[in-house]
Formats: sequence, C-alpha cells, structure tokens
Amino acid sequence: MCARKRAESDAEASGAADPTAPGTGTARTVLDGPEIQRALTRIAHEVLERTKGAHDVTLLGIPSRGVPLARRLAERIERVEGRAVPWGSLDITMYRDDLRLAPARALGRTDIPPQGIDGRVVVLVDDVLFSGRTVRAALDALSDIGRPRAVQLAILVDRGHRELPIRADYVGKNLPTSLRETVDVRLTETDGRDAVLLGPARPRPGEEDDR
Amino acid sequence: MRHLLSTGDLSREEATLVLDTAAELAQVSGRSVKKLPTLRGRTVVNLFYEDSTRTRTSFELAAKRLSADVVNFSAKGSSVSKGESLKDTALTLQAMGADGVVVRHAASGAAHRLAGWVDGAVLNAGDGTHEHPTQALLDAYTMRARMGRVEGLRVAVVGDVLHSRVARSNVLLLHTLGAEVTLVAPPTLMPVSVHTWPCAVSYDLDAVLPKSDVVMLLRVQAERMRHAFFPTAREYSRRYGLDRDRLARLPDDAIVMHPGPMVRGMEISAEVADSPRSTVNEQVANGVSVRMAVLYLLLGGS
Repeated sequence: MCARKRAESDAEASGAADPTAPGTGTARTVLDGPEIQRALTRIAHEVLERTKGAHDVTLLGIPSRGVPLARRLAERIERVEGRAVPWGSLDITMYRDDLRLAPARALGRTDIPPQGIDGRVVVLVDDVLFSGRTVRAALDALSDIGRPRAVQLAILVDRGHRELPIRADYVGKNLPTSLRETVDVRLTETDGRDAVLLGPARPRPGEEDDR
Repeated sequence: MRHLLSTGDLSREEATLVLDTAAELAQVSGRSVKKLPTLRGRTVVNLFYEDSTRTRTSFELAAKRLSADVVNFSAKGSSVSKGESLKDTALTLQAMGADGVVVRHAASGAAHRLAGWVDGAVLNAGDGTHEHPTQALLDAYTMRARMGRVEGLRVAVVGDVLHSRVARSNVLLLHTLGAEVTLVAPPTLMPVSVHTWPCAVSYDLDAVLPKSDVVMLLRVQAERMRHAFFPTAREYSRRYGLDRDRLARLPDDAIVMHPGPMVRGMEISAEVADSPRSTVNEQVANGVSVRMAVLYLLLGGS
C-alpha cells in the first residue's frame, strides 16, 4: 500500500518517472542537496520581506512533497525571526478535476494549524508547478476551510506549461522543460535524499498528467 | 473494488484504506462548510425495502456531503406495493442513470443479485440476516478511534447472532483486521453454521467479560422471530443483558458498543447505555464518515 501510494504521489507531485525504473533512460540532476537548501533559505527570506515579518503567515504544504517543504520553510523563518510560524498540510485530492480519469486514490492528510486560516496570509507550498491544476484545486479547498486575507504560492521548481492563469510568488528554480521530460523531486523526508532530477518521459497510457 | 456487498470481500489493505479515508473525511464534519465537490454530478439512489431511519439518513448525509445527487426510494408507497420485482426496479434505476445504489432488503443476497443487474456500484446497506458491511466498518473505525488499534483486540459480540447481519459482517471484518472475536448468545440464537465462522463461541457472558476489550451488544430482532427463541425478555436480560454489575467485570479501559436501536432495560441497562464507556452516539457520527469514505472509494474514481 505504502509503496503504491509513494509511486502515485511521485506522478502526482511532478509528473515524474522513477529514473531507477527499467526502460526510462537516465535522469540528470538539476538541483542537488545544498542547492535545494539554498533555494529554500532564499524563499524563506523572500516570504519574510514580502509579508513584512511574516506575522500573520500560515504555511500550508500540498501532500506529499509540499508538506516537508512547508516544514523546512517554517523552520528557516523561525531561525531568522526567532518566532514560530504555523504550518500544516492541505490535501487537494477531493478537489481534483481529473478524479474520474483514474481509480479512486488514497487521501493525503489535511492538517490546519489551530489558529485556522481566517484573516491570515496563507502561503501554499508545493514541489513542482506545472499545469497549475493542483493549485486551482488547493484554492478551492482553502475556500471551504476559511477565508484567508491573501494566498501566495511558493514552489521549488517551476517547469512551465501552465494550463491555467496561475503563477508562483516564490520560485526556487525556473526550469524550462519539454513536455516529453519529467521533473522528479526527491526529499530526504520521503525519499532518503534531496535532489531534483530531469529525466525522459515515462510512456503514459493516457494523456499528460501533471500531478 | 466495484461494489461493497460483504466485508468478507475486503482485504486487510482495502479495509484499512476505508478506515484511513474515513479518518481524513471526519475532519469535514467539524468544518463550517461540510461539503466536498468530489461526487458532483453523480447520482446515488437509496433503495430501501425495509424501514431504517439511521442507515438511510447516514448514507444520504454522506452522499450529500460529497455533493452527489441523492434519490430516496422506499418500497412503501412505491410501485413495489403494486407488485414490481426487484429486477424491474433495478432496471428502472439503471435507465435513470444511477451511479450508485444503496440497497436495504429483507432477503439475504438481494444486494448480490442487484449487483448483477445494474452498471453502477452497489452498496449493501443490510440484506436480510446476511450482511451489513458499512456497520461493521464503522464499528471497526470506532474501536480504532477509542482503543488506538483493532489488531489484537478481544471483542465479544453478544445477543441475537442468528438474526444479525451486523454480527456476521463484524466477525469477517474484525478477523481480517486481526482482532479476536467471541460470539456470545443463547444456543437458540446461534446460527447452525457458526463453527465455520472465524471466531470463538460461548454461551456464558460472565465468563467472557473479563477477557474482553470491547463488548458489542446486538439488538434482539423480535420482528424476525416467528417463534420463541428464549422464555422471557426478563430471563434473556438476566443472562445476556449488560448492566452495571457486568460492566464492572470488564477491564477498566473496555468499551461498550451497540449498533442501535437499543432496547433499554433488556439488552443494555440505561445506566450502561449512557455511561462514558458506551460508544453508541460516536458510532452514529462515525457512520457518516465511513459511508463518505466508501462512497468516495467506489464512485470517486473511474
């Protein structure tokens, strides 16, 4: 079960193939561990600057890879400001627009900090920004939970190919890709190491799926 | 998983997936907007040939919280009273485009037959004395929520096992999930085939109580009894009813469950029913989350 969920969330998070799987060719590392750390530190500073001290900021990671990223950002902001920033996770499975295209999938965790999100600046955090459909679903999910004062988006890798009018406020790395490529984000918390891999596309039975 | 007809069809992974999904969906009940867009545009028909306010309302609420359209169909006052067969009713629903059919029927196996006639998913909401899978799932969910686990729990299921679909569904599911079940009933209320079930059997409630983490009482289904199965209600109550004295024999953290509706004073004393160790109202609340989970898993995907 766990293994299957992991495989699904890989595809979910980044439309990525497992580069170690047979027949997928070789993947190129575009960001290594220290580079990911630096990108996150820079985003943390940008969040602080833009929200003038992050006093009313809540970080919400989108499962699965967005959640450890949100936690890391919260840690960095706390280190700089000496003040804890609430963070949690926001599962968007029930709000996806492609639910009927695949068998029902397991839900991720939704964990809203006790302060709630009413009147706060919510920063959504995810690993890869692709078509923008995940973010659209997250905006729907947010509006069912409360009414944030503003919503911003922090992303580790923006690979382009947007299908909706959505852009990120904070970007770790802009990575121009071809639709035939896959971006695979590995994080220590979920995969044992930090890396962003660019690989050739896995042959898909259906149409292109970004999530 | 296309239909939910029996808990015996569920693997341990599938059953755990339902419970985990229900745990996530339980959060929705605590929000001000108790609705998800997941089943928008889908139609769920509640096809109830037997009276049941609790189960029908629970399924209706679950489907509505997932934004499905719900049609309630009860046999009373419908074409069934004009002599329409289950198959024709099923084909009518099919023609109306039902994506899911929740069926409650007095005949064991009705849900299984229905699954052969309609394209949509069939959810068994109780067929005769056979099964009631969502009740067993919500019971397991309640145990897990209260006790922190299901595996290794010692569960005593007490009462009218013979007429109970809840007992059979629970035995199969709890066995799959790794709990030890003991059925306790007067010999006249024990099914003949009980030795083939994956559970222990006892006729002595007092001997079983000290070794039980969960006591699940069953309703004595007087409406299914065409002749006497025990001398008097008073004698049944004395030997198999749960009162304060019996409650004291349970381990300290043990819980008391009842699928409802309760017959107070006979199966369970009012004092026990209202005690903090009784989970009766939690079971009802958990029922909505579990049914949302089942509807999502059956109808949410392709």
